[in-house]
Amino acid sequence: MNENTTNDPIIICEDVHKWFDDFHVLKGITTTFKKGERAVICGPSGSGKSTFIRTINRLEEHQRGTIIVDGIELSNDLRNINLIRQEVGMVFQQFNLFPHLTNIKNITLGPIQVRKMSKKAAEEAALALLERMDIADQAYKYPAEISGGQQQRVAIARALAMEPKIMLFDEPTSALDPEMISEVLDVMRELAHSGMTMLVVTHEMGFAREVADRVMFFDEGVVIEEAAPADFFDNPQHERTKLFISQTLQH
Amino acid sequence: MMEDNSPKVISDKIPFYRDVRFLQVFFQILFLIGIVLLAGFLYSNMLNGLKKQGLELELSFLRTEAGFDISEGIEYESSDTYLKAFSVGVVNTIKVSIIGIFCATFIGFFFGIARLSSNWLVRTIASVYVECFRNIPVILQIMFWYATMLVLPAVDESISLFDSIFINVQGVYLPSLEGTAGLIPWLWYLLVGIILAIIVVLGLAAFRYFFEFRELHETDRPSFISNIIFGAKWVAAPIFLIVTIVGWFLTPEVPFELLQPELQRFGFVGGMNFSPEFTALLIGLTVYTSAFIAEVVRSGIQAVVKGQREAARSVGLKESQVLRLVVVPQAIPVIVPPLTSQYLNLAKNSSLAIAIGFPELFQIGKTMIGQTDQSILIFAMIMVSYLIMSLTTSAFMNWYNRSITRMGRSK
Repeated sequence: MNENTTNDPIIICEDVHKWFDDFHVLKGITTTFKKGERAVICGPSGSGKSTFIRTINRLEEHQRGTIIVDGIELSNDLRNINLIRQEVGMVFQQFNLFPHLTNIKNITLGPIQVRKMSKKAAEEAALALLERMDIADQAYKYPAEISGGQQQRVAIARALAMEPKIMLFDEPTSALDPEMISEVLDVMRELAHSGMTMLVVTHEMGFAREVADRVMFFDEGVVIEEAAPADFFDNPQHERTKLFISQTLQH
Repeated sequence: MMEDNSPKVISDKIPFYRDVRFLQVFFQILFLIGIVLLAGFLYSNMLNGLKKQGLELELSFLRTEAGFDISEGIEYESSDTYLKAFSVGVVNTIKVSIIGIFCATFIGFFFGIARLSSNWLVRTIASVYVECFRNIPVILQIMFWYATMLVLPAVDESISLFDSIFINVQGVYLPSLEGTAGLIPWLWYLLVGIILAIIVVLGLAAFRYFFEFRELHETDRPSFISNIIFGAKWVAAPIFLIVTIVGWFLTPEVPFELLQPELQRFGFVGGMNFSPEFTALLIGLTVYTSAFIAEVVRSGIQAVVKGQREAARSVGLKESQVLRLVVVPQAIPVIVPPLTSQYLNLAKNSSLAIAIGFPELFQIGKTMIGQTDQSILIFAMIMVSYLIMSLTTSAFMNWYNRSITRMGRSK
């Protein structure tokens, strides 16, 4: 538990199932995330960890079970989906910045179009965020003109500009060159200390050990082990987890 | 004994036949000489052939009387010159091409987007439209529409839409906008509006550029052009509108009037008329090309990677905003080059009007060839005309594409 974690649940998942055609990706995930909690989700590729966090803002539809985000049930109601997406920020492995917009316009798009902020206010907020990401000088460049690490930080700023209550990170450092990983992790660390609720899919075990309140281990669509990082890394219970940790830490 | 371990460098003087720089230039010159020789040979051969038949390339015939009638187009009589007749054809070709391109773009975008709809019915209808019309030869379609036009009701039994559009065997009659005596005075107001707007915008842009944003760092300062755009949007457009609207009411007579086609004793009078030939050609070209444009639009939209939509959704944009603000702006640069070639196809396919007798460039050229002995020259004139139209279209579309594509140079 970190100093920011409360006891109020913010995401409640009950028996969440998901199929891709015949392939059963999520086989009944039941868990609760508390306001301010930092959860790191790891596991081998194909284990359903990315799919799981993508169901939380409806980039993937779950076919059975319930997901409640900040008191709103994620159903087929378009209004609920849009409300939840406004509360949940997402950062992607491939950054997915809009290449036809400058970095600052990438950030102000949501606030202006969705939050109906004035252009001036949105730009001021965007510049403050870029300042916080330490890339204020890149504001008027296009995404293609800056490095991968800088792009990912713009992407984080873009998500934060909507003032979300929850941030989802889907392997945010996996597409980065090694020397750029730390600049993104620094930003995420800073964000964690500010009290943001974070769900992070990552292979960065150092980050997990340092920042996470809880590490969840996914395999074949189920959570086979979850624990505080100290217990998870030093005293794994499950054979599959032990194998994964030993393989990951070798690298 | 010392051993020399340094790598051997071959740096003899290169003989010219192995020198890449020399060979590149040499082969280009060789190629050019070949082409010039071939062209010269063909040209002199053609001149010889023509001489044997007692013919000579001579442009002066263009100033002689054409002596044949043309069923529609700009003002022309059979006593006018061949040059005038030719220009009627050019204008008719341009007319059908421009209207066709406009309609085909609109319909094509509609069906292209409809083909990606999540609604099964919409998607299926769009697929059927596209697959039918792009897989039937366009000449067949044009002749089919012409046959359809010829079995429409007689003039006094016209199909009437809203009492202002009339469709019958003589074609389609539409209301037209005609200038009145008030048009000229109003055009003066229009001119004043334009001049006023330009002065104000330039002044404002200069003010903003040199004074208002002066203390800002150069890279942050809006460019002079962006200041002009700002002014055009917020100041010039309102001024222009106010002047022209006030002018509209100040002129003694309303500058335009809507002329409705009216059925009189010998058919419809007033308004605009599309002949059956023009209508059939327009529908044929539009429908055929729009099916291809739909495919172009669909592939352009699909070329925008999935992550872009996901990112747009995850910042909370609605589906319509995702399409308008993120997907379409990225699809347009992908769409424009193949779209341009569809425009060119449409313009070139308009020469198929020869099958139904619409007097466009090729049709009139063909008549001229029949009446004169200058077939080679006339063919050359027709080809050059199409070439100029196509190159102009291409140049415009390329300029458009460059002006909208700005994604920054990648590192």
